[in-house]
Amino acid sequence: MNWYTAIVLALFFGLLVYAESDLPDPSDASSPTRTHVAPRYIEQSYADTRTPNVVTSVLADYRSYDTFGETVVVLTAGLAVMLILPRKERRR
Amino acid sequence: MRDELANPVVEGLSRFLVPFMQIFALYVITHGHYGPGGGFQGGVILAASMMLLRLALGEEYEHRRFSPTAATFVAATGILIYALAGLLPMAFGGRFLDYAYLPIPGLSNAELRYHGILIVESGVGMVVWGTLVTLFDHLLGRES
Amino acid sequence: MSALATHYIYYMTAGLLVIGLYGMIGKKNLLKKLIGMNIFQTAIFLFFIYGAVKPGTTVPVLDIRIGMDAAAYINPLPHVLILTAIVVSVATTGVALALLISIYRRYGSLEESTILERMKQSS
Repeated sequence: MNWYTAIVLALFFGLLVYAESDLPDPSDASSPTRTHVAPRYIEQSYADTRTPNVVTSVLADYRSYDTFGETVVVLTAGLAVMLILPRKERRR
Repeated sequence: MRDELANPVVEGLSRFLVPFMQIFALYVITHGHYGPGGGFQGGVILAASMMLLRLALGEEYEHRRFSPTAATFVAATGILIYALAGLLPMAFGGRFLDYAYLPIPGLSNAELRYHGILIVESGVGMVVWGTLVTLFDHLLGRES
Repeated sequence: MSALATHYIYYMTAGLLVIGLYGMIGKKNLLKKLIGMNIFQTAIFLFFIYGAVKPGTTVPVLDIRIGMDAAAYINPLPHVLILTAIVVSVATTGVALALLISIYRRYGSLEESTILERMKQSS
């Protein structure tokens, strides 16, 4: 390992530790991850969609547009592999 | 026709195992409403069953049952199902992907959204299934 | 030191990120770089998933015995985001492997120095 690689890695680690120290404590009930949209998803999921699994209802209903984009990305990756490595059909 | 490495134990066991894997994959896709599961996970299990057959029985034999073209077709059909589930509500007065406007009579809004989630999850499962089998086929494609 | 007691999992994901970054910038083999990228992605998944944690709560599948109270379930949103991100990472790894295979077929090596040398020779 080169010395400048080590410096870059150490700076990166220091930056991450500095930034992550400001994140809210997981047991803090007033943190933004607990007070933003997540409570609404949990409380409304059954009334809105009859789906007890909140992950599924958020994935395919509340945020289905996002999932659509991700699915298109997956399909595009498959098409890209088809373009990069075309299969040679062997006729017999 | 088969690979020379083909082994009766490997072949018999994978032939025995694959139907259970595929049934379990369908269970995972359709049970996503009530427990851990959904289209992504079930699609991966389906693709894994196809990959197991391809590894155990040899590619040339297996390609006659489920060809790489069929895998791509399945993936494209999945994204088409997803897009239609989004566009149909637009034709009936809703917004894109607003399942409450799906044209299925006799269901309340919440039940329509329940079925919309099921349709979308099966589309996602087909996309993941087809894409992973395509990836496998093209990455392992022998250069001839 | 109080931050260390509550945030040590965040610091562990930071360590994993650094290991992945070392794989990407410190190694000279392209396949090792790809493995480093996968470690990097996994660290990000773990970081996001830890953001969902609420101590003393259960998985986000609604249960009639627990009720509809949002404080009784962990946050479902990071799980959704990471569920899609994992599948996308598998697909992008497939694209990267395809690129590596075509590089190997063309230059006969995955070592950076050898590839650069052969690119100079052929040009």
